[in-house]
Amino acid sequence: MRTTLVLRALPPLWAALCALAAASALTLLHGESPRELYRLLWAGTWGSAYGIGQVLFKATPLLFCGLGVAMALRAGLFNIGAEGQITVGAFAAALSGAALPAATPAWLALPTVLLCAFGAGAALGAVAGLFRWLAGAHEVIVTMMLNFVVRAAMVGLGGHVFLRESVHTAPVVAGAELPRLSRYLPALHGSAANASLLLGLLVCAGCALLLSRTRAGFVLRTLGSNEEAARAAGVHVGRTWTWALALAGGVAGLGGTNFVLGYKHYYEDGFSGGVGYMGIAVAVLGHNRPLGVLLAALLFGTLSQGGLAVHALVPRELIDVLTAVVLLTLAASQPAVQRLLQAQPGARREKEQDEKDKEGP
Amino acid sequence: MARPATPARCIAITLALVALNAGLLAVRWHGRGAPAEGALRVGLVFDVGGRGDKSFNDAAYAGVARAQAELGIYAEFIEPGEGSDRESGIRLLAARGFDLVIGVGFIFSDDMIGVARDYPQVRFACVDYAKFDEHGFVLPPPNMVALKFREEEGSYLVGAVAALRSPARTVGFVGGMDIPLIRKFEAGYRAGVRRVCPDCRVLVAYAGTSSDAFKNPARGKELALAQYAAGADVVFHAAGSTGLGVFEAARERGRLAIGVDADQWDEAPGHLLTSMTKQVDVSVLETIRAVREGRFQGGLRVFGLREGGVDYVYDEPRRGMIPADVRAQVEALRAEIIAGRVRVPSTPAEVDPG
Repeated sequence: MRTTLVLRALPPLWAALCALAAASALTLLHGESPRELYRLLWAGTWGSAYGIGQVLFKATPLLFCGLGVAMALRAGLFNIGAEGQITVGAFAAALSGAALPAATPAWLALPTVLLCAFGAGAALGAVAGLFRWLAGAHEVIVTMMLNFVVRAAMVGLGGHVFLRESVHTAPVVAGAELPRLSRYLPALHGSAANASLLLGLLVCAGCALLLSRTRAGFVLRTLGSNEEAARAAGVHVGRTWTWALALAGGVAGLGGTNFVLGYKHYYEDGFSGGVGYMGIAVAVLGHNRPLGVLLAALLFGTLSQGGLAVHALVPRELIDVLTAVVLLTLAASQPAVQRLLQAQPGARREKEQDEKDKEGP
Repeated sequence: MARPATPARCIAITLALVALNAGLLAVRWHGRGAPAEGALRVGLVFDVGGRGDKSFNDAAYAGVARAQAELGIYAEFIEPGEGSDRESGIRLLAARGFDLVIGVGFIFSDDMIGVARDYPQVRFACVDYAKFDEHGFVLPPPNMVALKFREEEGSYLVGAVAALRSPARTVGFVGGMDIPLIRKFEAGYRAGVRRVCPDCRVLVAYAGTSSDAFKNPARGKELALAQYAAGADVVFHAAGSTGLGVFEAARERGRLAIGVDADQWDEAPGHLLTSMTKQVDVSVLETIRAVREGRFQGGLRVFGLREGGVDYVYDEPRRGMIPADVRAQVEALRAEIIAGRVRVPSTPAEVDPG
């Protein structure tokens, strides 16, 4: 048990060390000192209260999207649609929050907008599940195409709902706002970290409980580890696909609350910045486990905020390259990815047997 | 194929990687280093994806670059990766005690007001600042200057150029997003056309009502083709990269177009009559100079023809494009505006009441 834990920790550790080495080398090539880079990185992230707040703020949507991807992956489904799901979630939260009467109390307003955000994301996820179930269309294609559909729909709808001379909607009512964490921890002043993070932690714990403690979670994991066995055991595969993707989409949709309810209080064109696609990397890095996803989201949040902090030394392109290097090294060090890509469980066992034979004397 | 990881191999790989990192960190290197003692520290935050747009954001960069060369200031530039990075970038620079922090684009208005209030000792500048609440225009705080331009004045001059170069007495205008800022271009252009050719027709089209209307060359081409088909000899665009489609239509139909913000000659050589330029670089350089000389003032700074904030391109290789008599007429108009004898309207309603 202890050995497997160490073995599981090794690939990310190596990836981190490789990425660090690559970052140092690239910084040297650019003519700057790596030590200065890491000093700025630290000061701009975990080394200051504002930095910590910004890391938490950036980790929040990554946590939601990562969970959205991970929950689907546990059912054996690739949810590439977190980007579209968080977008419709944010849009639904903004529109419903703005449509409520101004005096709506928080106990009524918050559940309403959260439900709208979850519902919008879930509906989008369910569409992909239904396509897979009823038409046999692969969810990678469907969720990816839905991202484009959502993007185009937002462009079309934006013109009708955005305020004059702006690219954002009307603000939500006061009751639907999530408070910033700086209200309780004044040191975080200025940072946009907000109560959406706490919601994310709750959802994270909920996902963990669902997977480990409930019948539904068991069905989901069974289907993910072996579709044929699940079918033989009487699992309704199509239905499970659909609710798994709906759940995944709903969780990703809730991620929109971080920006809309906690930060700007309105939906702004292009707010997501590709966070939904980053969620895929977060899920894979976190081994599709809720706790792992949380840690991975924090790492990515640190990278994102750190990138901004070290911008003084290195250009944006180099920051993007460094982030990509982390992803690449992680992908290369992830046997889990390969295992999932080898869809046929039988073939895998044979292959492992083959390799064992080769290892023989 | 991958072989199983034995403990020895795992440890060896880990140690090798740690050693590599230690080696890289041990390298002593003095980079660009800290700013020179007493140098003015200026930070500039672009819009998301703004750097390299060959117009607005690049012009702001050029202004800071000139200040680096001419005034010896120390400058840092931030390109945000996502929307929330705009505020974060401004805040990081302000927290590090920069003397002046510049945000490029109206989308910074909200963010900058908040940060400027948190850092009263830091000075801020927002290019194209626009912030309205229920009472109307919101003035920036005293430590922040709003850099705005009289786009209608430059548009007035290119409108006159277009009308004087149109045998068919028909010219076109393609706007990006249908907002008051872009309607200033339309209003000035139409007023300029009317001034030199009262019975000329001006065809007007907008690409859309969302910010994507500034990024849609296919739509720009479609609109320009329709205007050329309706008889327009010249089409002026104020539509960001949507305007690239206008240039393509001009090349295809062998007609003329007018660029915007920066000199866009290179996008359609031989088909570009002129460009209405917005000297964002001048406004940025002026602001930096003001801070350096201790005469920075918050509030509204408007750059028109008189301040050299807007202009049109008239250049040696393009002499064939604008004949001397046209040039003379347009320069006379410029003098009238600068002298205050002509007030250029900034809304289409003022051009065409009713």
